[in-house]
Amino acid sequence: MLSKDIRNHFPILDQEINGHPLVYLDSAATSQKPIQVIEALDRYYRLDNSNVHRGVHTLGNRATDGYEGAREKVRKFINAKSTQEIIFMRGTTTALNTVAQGYGRANVAEGDEIVITHMEHHSNIIPWQQLAKETGAVLKYIDLEEDGTLSLEKVRETITNRTKIVSIMYVSNVLGTMNPIKEITKIAHEHGAIMCVDAAQAAPHLKLDVQKLDCDFLAFSGHKMCGPTGIGVLYGKKDLLNAMEPVEFGGEMIDFVGLYESTWKELPWKFEGGTPIIAGAIGLGAAIDFLEEIGLDAIEQHEHELAGYAMEKMSEIDGLTIYGPTDPGKRAGLVTFNLNDVHPHDVATVLDMNGIAVRAGHHCAQPLMKWLECSATARASFYLYNTTDDVDRLVEGLRTTKEYFNDVY
Amino acid sequence: MSTNKLDQLYRSVIMDHYKNPKNKGILEGGNVTIDMNNPTCGDVIHLTMNVEGDIVKDAKFEGEGCSISMASASMMTQMIKGKTTEEATKLAQTFSDMMLGKDLDESIDLDDLEALSGVAQFPARIKCATLSWKAMEKGISGESQ
Repeated sequence: MLSKDIRNHFPILDQEINGHPLVYLDSAATSQKPIQVIEALDRYYRLDNSNVHRGVHTLGNRATDGYEGAREKVRKFINAKSTQEIIFMRGTTTALNTVAQGYGRANVAEGDEIVITHMEHHSNIIPWQQLAKETGAVLKYIDLEEDGTLSLEKVRETITNRTKIVSIMYVSNVLGTMNPIKEITKIAHEHGAIMCVDAAQAAPHLKLDVQKLDCDFLAFSGHKMCGPTGIGVLYGKKDLLNAMEPVEFGGEMIDFVGLYESTWKELPWKFEGGTPIIAGAIGLGAAIDFLEEIGLDAIEQHEHELAGYAMEKMSEIDGLTIYGPTDPGKRAGLVTFNLNDVHPHDVATVLDMNGIAVRAGHHCAQPLMKWLECSATARASFYLYNTTDDVDRLVEGLRTTKEYFNDVY
Repeated sequence: MSTNKLDQLYRSVIMDHYKNPKNKGILEGGNVTIDMNNPTCGDVIHLTMNVEGDIVKDAKFEGEGCSISMASASMMTQMIKGKTTEEATKLAQTFSDMMLGKDLDESIDLDDLEALSGVAQFPARIKCATLSWKAMEKGISGESQ
């Protein structure tokens, strides 16, 4: 377990909600921000703010150094070969849409296949639905095992020589399942398909290594990993990115502009049209520094232990159903559940009255909710600042919820 | 725990409607059908009504959602039966005002509906309470499917 002192880096956690100390268990939606990130943003706007890649003046140089420095931090963070493979974008959604539009349109034809799974977030479903509609390609879903995991047998059955793109989440935001991305990538490559990874729930919690995974594209968001909102990353293999046309056109991404023809800058800038997300990238860089100082392996371990503790304590509550893999070693730091016939919204409201923030709803995964045969669930998700005390407060809150609804029923 | 505030939300009348909803089901021979959902939370309602002339003769609902949304749907179907479409629309507007914490027209009999007034203090739950009413208004205004 990590030290409880980590909490002290997060000023927002030091407050009362409805008369109780805040217990924040919604980090899978967005994480809180450490003071180091808040100060990096503040410092940038106070001292260095300027546009990048153009001015001759000193502030312009500082802003450019900060922005490009953040790119190098991201490169190292995911072990990419080159900063040319790191493109800053608004978030995972924009990154996945860029792959679908920039790579998909040029490489997918009628009758080809795009393969995803039943556990995907809407952001890794709809871009492919749209691409399939536009091109006449077939969108295929890999079925899940009963415990909410993927079996490589079913992966092999679904991916064929007609498959052009496989796009799968690394860690499920609902089930907590950690998918065997490296093995799936190998299978995709054997069939000549490219592998795209939605790493939104992985980047905050475990060490990413794009060279080891050998994936072709990988997308994640800054705000789930202690960084600001509005910044995310698209990683792509250099040869694929080079062959791709930009999706957005305008300033900042051009080389020469004529009246009827223009040419693009080199990678990565050809995909960064318009004034880039400078402060966001610098904030993300500060978040990466913060996470690396603690260590991604230590964070992952901490979350496994918390999830294990939570599952153990929560399963002692009668009538509480936990979804996803039962082995805490096979899942990330979140627990999705339902409590008897109390609707998750009602659970979340009673918990909120006790100062505990959880998510309730379909978690942007309606096809998965259908697979689970429920319209909504509640979810407690953990991060490096959570402790076993937080889990104890949750369990106490759930018992209170149960009693409360037993009384009023 | 802030039990008082919670008790304002989950009044026994609401829980009664949730546990034993009135008019649950699909109206055979209904002439108005509306499906509506709340995309942010997954609540769904399937409302069937029989509107003859300007009278709402009957109404039933099927749906999935929290206690607030299902209780509200139960109350709504109970209250609009036998009312004119104009009265039903007026009631929907009064209910909407109640959710926004506005002063209400005291001439309107709110009956069980008054129990939902506590929802106004829970901004995240207002949409739960208004879903079935929006469906009803849409149905009456002739936008049925």
